[in-house]
Amino acid sequence: MAKIIVVTSGKGGVGKTTSSAAIGTGLAMNNKKTVIIDFDVGLRNLDLIMGCERRVVYDFVNVISGEATLNQALIKDKRLKNLFILPASQTRDKDALTKKGVEKVLNDLSKDFDFIICDSPAGIEKGAQMALYFADEAIVVTNPEVSSVRDSDRILGILQSKSRRAENGGDPVVEHLLITRYDPERVIAGEMLSISDVEDILAIPLLGVIPESEAVLKASNQGTPVILDEKTKAGLAYSDAVMRLLGSNVDYRFITVEKKGFFKRMMGAGR
Amino acid sequence: MSDSCFQLKGSVLTVVVLELYDFSSTAFAKQLQQKVKQAPMFFQGSPVVISLEKLNIEVKRIDFTILIGLCARYGLKPMAFKGGSQRFRDAIKSTGLIHLPAASLKSATEPVEKPQPAAKVEPETAIEPETVVKTVDEEKNVFWPTKLITQPVRSGQQIYAKQADLIVTSHVSEGAEILADGNIHVYGALRGRALAGAQGDENARIFSQSMEAELLSIAGNFILNEDIRTRVWKERAQVYFNNNVLHLKPI
Repeated sequence: MAKIIVVTSGKGGVGKTTSSAAIGTGLAMNNKKTVIIDFDVGLRNLDLIMGCERRVVYDFVNVISGEATLNQALIKDKRLKNLFILPASQTRDKDALTKKGVEKVLNDLSKDFDFIICDSPAGIEKGAQMALYFADEAIVVTNPEVSSVRDSDRILGILQSKSRRAENGGDPVVEHLLITRYDPERVIAGEMLSISDVEDILAIPLLGVIPESEAVLKASNQGTPVILDEKTKAGLAYSDAVMRLLGSNVDYRFITVEKKGFFKRMMGAGR
Repeated sequence: MSDSCFQLKGSVLTVVVLELYDFSSTAFAKQLQQKVKQAPMFFQGSPVVISLEKLNIEVKRIDFTILIGLCARYGLKPMAFKGGSQRFRDAIKSTGLIHLPAASLKSATEPVEKPQPAAKVEPETAIEPETVVKTVDEEKNVFWPTKLITQPVRSGQQIYAKQADLIVTSHVSEGAEILADGNIHVYGALRGRALAGAQGDENARIFSQSMEAELLSIAGNFILNEDIRTRVWKERAQVYFNNNVLHLKPI
């Protein structure tokens, strides 16, 4: 049985798809057979970030409506043998997803995979609720600013009341907090919420802190999940988060201001 | 299993009694509307017995069809009339509702409008076995256990402890709303809105380990975040209502 993990946030643009791609890739690198599903029907992006946009033939909605089999729609990653992507349809809308249809696809995938990552659309409406409904665990992606934190709080409330686990009265969905675009210097300057501020408001365990990094944008544009670039801080921070997701105890990195050397100070002086 | 389809049993039920003193359709409609507005959920579909025992007006001044129509409009379900003189009994025949004899037992005299803290349980009024419908002061005699919430109350969520106290052992987020007819205790930070004494109990209080609320209200008297900020911000504090003033004090 696969573990179903939804990556969600409420607010848009905080890094759900980037995080889905990085964490899914990270799990596959750790020999876990993983599929990432794009639930953002009508605004698909996961295929771009994974760099497989030219290989999309069939999509999630085709599988649900019976126009294609799951094997036809799954795209195998070219870099990792354990990694698959199920893209969203670009020409349909969120109503094309039915609870029954999604359940069948997840059940079929569950037989073969260790992890199913559901990349949720923004918002709290049907699309987002469909992505989180079947989840066993949730990764709530939050930027360290008030509106993002409040929206995450809202989505946590929905996880506790509208998920399958909540409706069936089973164990609650396991919640993880992933803080992205964190900049320790701006925290010290008082321009950004600190990790403890965010933890205090949301009161869920921390899974990872991804530092603000130019590498993320570059990786997205190149279609390479940032976790594959082991020279970048963001990539390393995602690797740490994946290890924690798999149960390891890893220390946090890149959450305090580095002391800049003479050379770096000179180079950075112009900014 | 026995073969019989049913069994006849005597039973004592609790119903709302609408005790009529006087009747004019406009005044009646106005009062009923206000009453229902206080607790729409409570009155929705609630069966009601209309008591004519205290009614001291002439029969022709009261149109029972209008009376029942007004009750129905505000969600009540009139099921019977009770007491009243022979003339009233004749007049209500056309309505099709049944007539019950005047209660021989001591009916609760308190109108159903002064909710007391739910903790106070009074002994039930004497039960006469042959009476089918017993009137009790419902708000006083029904004990509802305190509502306990152990999860954080998130933005957008609303929790209502009807006829009871509310205890939240975690925090209440900004954008969340908690209500109780009794007292409210929050053992985490209270950052959302909290309304105690929601049905009008001015003795209700709100307690929190860290007062950071958006709004605090006791029986409709409220203060906003700006005031709280200057007085007990992030402190252990309580709010209570006394001499028409809302007091906000550290504890």
